[in-house]
Amino acid sequence: MAHSWLSVEAIARSYGARPVFRDLSFGIDRGEFACLIGHSGCGKTTILNILAGLEAPDAGVLVMDGHETAGPSLDRAVIFQSHALYPWLTALGNVAFALRSRHPTWSRTQIEIQARAALATVGLKDAATQKPAELSGGMKQRVGIARALSLEPALLLMDEPFSALDALTRGTLQDEVSGLVGGGRQTAFMITHDVDEAILLADRILLMTNGPDAWLAEIVINTLPRPRDRANLHRQPGYYPLRNHIVDFLVTRSRLLAGQQPPGWTGRDVPEIRPSDFHEQRERVPA
Amino acid sequence: MTRFAAPFLSIVLLALLLGVWQISVHDTQPAAGMDPEYAKLMGLQATAGKSAIPTPLDVAAKLVQAIRDPFYDHGPNDKGIGIQLAYSLGRVLLGFGLAMIVAVPLGFLIGMSPLMGAALNPFIQVLKPISPLAWMPLALYTIKDSDQSAIFVIFICSVWPMLVNTAFGVSGVRREWLNVARTLEVGPLRRALRVILPAAAPTIFTGMRISIGIAWLVIVAAEMLVGGTGIGYFVWNQWNNLSLADILMGILLIGVVGMALDRALAAAATSVAWRE
Repeated sequence: MAHSWLSVEAIARSYGARPVFRDLSFGIDRGEFACLIGHSGCGKTTILNILAGLEAPDAGVLVMDGHETAGPSLDRAVIFQSHALYPWLTALGNVAFALRSRHPTWSRTQIEIQARAALATVGLKDAATQKPAELSGGMKQRVGIARALSLEPALLLMDEPFSALDALTRGTLQDEVSGLVGGGRQTAFMITHDVDEAILLADRILLMTNGPDAWLAEIVINTLPRPRDRANLHRQPGYYPLRNHIVDFLVTRSRLLAGQQPPGWTGRDVPEIRPSDFHEQRERVPA
Repeated sequence: MTRFAAPFLSIVLLALLLGVWQISVHDTQPAAGMDPEYAKLMGLQATAGKSAIPTPLDVAAKLVQAIRDPFYDHGPNDKGIGIQLAYSLGRVLLGFGLAMIVAVPLGFLIGMSPLMGAALNPFIQVLKPISPLAWMPLALYTIKDSDQSAIFVIFICSVWPMLVNTAFGVSGVRREWLNVARTLEVGPLRRALRVILPAAAPTIFTGMRISIGIAWLVIVAAEMLVGGTGIGYFVWNQWNNLSLADILMGILLIGVVGMALDRALAAAATSVAWRE
């Protein structure tokens, strides 16, 4: 883990005297899709904001490609939960605004061609001239995805990007993101509380206990083969044990383990669990 | 039917209003048994039983006459209504424009810096409720020019709504929109012009609309004070002439121009409006 491309090292955040989380460390390898799962209040969004550079941790650092980073950068694009499109710009305008930031020297035509191409990849070729208010929730989030991907970021950050959508739209978008981002093409970090979403998209699933004093209990390696799609995912061998393991964690262990770090715990060595380890893992629930 | 119901009702109400007006100022009998000398002094009211208040038709006749030749200039006390309105509009637009140049950047500063906002707030709170006309003597003394003083008064009354609304609009820009700009490494100037300004534009325009309304209210009073030209001076001059028909015509035109100014800014506001 010390040699991960992106490494989060011993970050902490507290509100007042109560730590939300402390000594939190994990790494993401290049091309890997990591997904952080946890309940509300465990500091998920704070962690993502720290990765995005929008917030600074109280302690600890973020090391990216061997360099300590602070503050936001164009190399880390964010897909926001609330899409965060500028309502006075068209879909094309929103993507072009990001592209202009990335490529200040490009000509207007170049920007427009690229912006249209980015919208086409998310199936919005015909909605380019529409304002966000004229688009459905799913379409708005597609524009947000196009905006983030058009930057060709080194790291794509997603803050529960589908949680505000209806189930049908969410599923379609998950499949599309899986196609666009999954399979080693894009390093990505997503926070969610949707188990199936994590299984569909992630290579590694980070399980966070409840807060306050939340900690990273374990990292589950998702060995289900790619390409994955929602239609067949649940028929894959190993799907249900994986799902059950995560659901068990979210329903009981995340609560029982909150603030119950084992003796001698440090945030530096989070156990990595493979599906073959599941049965012994279950014994580790504290009484 | 429903589409025409409101305009139809408006016309009915107008007709009713004009009818009541016409009847209530209907000519009375000439005063009987009045001393002829005294009756002469009293004018048409006493000799011919004419009401002092003009009828709607009198006002309409004045209006037609004034509009037919709006730009004549027969000396300081006899100028066409178009010239008078143009003077007033010129002062309002100049004072309003100057206020905009000051209020929008200052409002940006206040809105973006909570420290500046808190530091300047007491000044704004004290200065805002001062009647703009209270500044007039001070303006006349320091500027020593009645025309510029009137413009200053317009400036001072226009500045507050724009300042307060700009600061409010700028401070209310969504955190997530600013976060998007931060992740895109947008520079301060581009962020101000491409993110904060469009986000706050509807609120800023609301302030402008309030400002121009107040400016148009104040210019009439200011011109009555400083005299010389303008629609306010025209109304006051007609009061000195005891020409109520001209006064009523002036009042009507003040209303129409005020409405036009408001409509113009409302249209401008629509052009920058956005909805989520």
